[in-house]
Amino acid sequence: MTAAALIALLIGMLLLLIRAIAGPTLYDRVLAVNSFGTKTVLALGLLGFVMGRPEFLDIAILYALINFVATIAILKFFRYRSFQVPLVRRGGQGGGNNG
Amino acid sequence: MGDLFANIADFWGMVRFPLGAALCLGGGILCLIGSVGVLRFPDFYTRLHAASITDTAGAILILLGMGLMAPGWLVVSKLVAIFVFLFLTGPASSHAAANAAHTAGLQPVIGPIGQRSDDDDEAA
Amino acid sequence: MAYFLGLLVALVGFWLGMSGHFSPLLLTFGAVSVAVCLILAYRLDIIDREGAPYVRILGYAMYFPWLMKEIVKANITVIRACVKADLDIVPALVKVKTTCRTDLAKVTFANSITLTPGTVTVEVEGDKMLVHALYEQEAQPEAFEDMDRRSRIAADGKGADA
Repeated sequence: MTAAALIALLIGMLLLLIRAIAGPTLYDRVLAVNSFGTKTVLALGLLGFVMGRPEFLDIAILYALINFVATIAILKFFRYRSFQVPLVRRGGQGGGNNG
Repeated sequence: MGDLFANIADFWGMVRFPLGAALCLGGGILCLIGSVGVLRFPDFYTRLHAASITDTAGAILILLGMGLMAPGWLVVSKLVAIFVFLFLTGPASSHAAANAAHTAGLQPVIGPIGQRSDDDDEAA
Repeated sequence: MAYFLGLLVALVGFWLGMSGHFSPLLLTFGAVSVAVCLILAYRLDIIDREGAPYVRILGYAMYFPWLMKEIVKANITVIRACVKADLDIVPALVKVKTTCRTDLAKVTFANSITLTPGTVTVEVEGDKMLVHALYEQEAQPEAFEDMDRRSRIAADGKGADA
């Protein structure tokens, strides 16, 4: 049954790839890739359990972190067209990268 | 008394693998539904909602199922770490994408959308 | 100092949960890694209320089950919208005013909105938030009051109204 769950996840990832290729705007593609990454994390974990080697979870943790950083980096690059712009904290207001 | 505990432990050892596998299957199907929603919904902002099904319900169910099937506490702690990461980073990246699209001037489709699932290309 | 201790405990717990080995060599590696992380965090000047919010862990522990319940309820709505044969969604942009004062409470509130399927925080400006919702009738500003109050209590404590 775990294998069936893995197959369902893989079909979902395939559908997301269609959206990532066809998506009319940049943000659709970013969203599809981000969701694809989340599904990859889950699929890696499930793959470990299907193969009887839960050590795969280490890779899944790493992928979860990389996925987040990659999304933010892509969005930042297409906003400023450069990775060199510092994301400074605005004085007192705190807050993230809005604005 | 010890007999009862042994019985419960036996029952738990018997039931946790099918239960975990069923939860994993349910989560996988929810992830599939989320992908279908991402394909079907008309514009970027509505697709975000479909993607958040994967981030929340699918992830919770699959991680819970894997936790039930886990062979030891080490695996459970790693699953907890993945859960925390996904729950902190998921909304942050969704918000970053939505905010970037909004700042770039992508206009959302407002108002009732019924019976016309074919107007897919809302290029802004 | 309390934030420092909280970060230390969290990092040590994280290392032990990841490694699972207790040989002296690996424990030494762990101690060195934790020390480097703490030094870097100190140099980055992020050991404060936001960087180590473990003081409020009890409040978040009480907030979490309620958030889970909301997520499950909202998931059912969105899943139904996804699999229904004809698409009948009413997307809308709603302005929500929050009573949260601190950044941590605002982040908690905005993340809770985004985490609930069917609503996404698009923009945060001062104490106003722009929320995109899948169904207009379910995203009136009154619907967020409960979540607002609970996340404020979770992040700020009960006495932080003013």
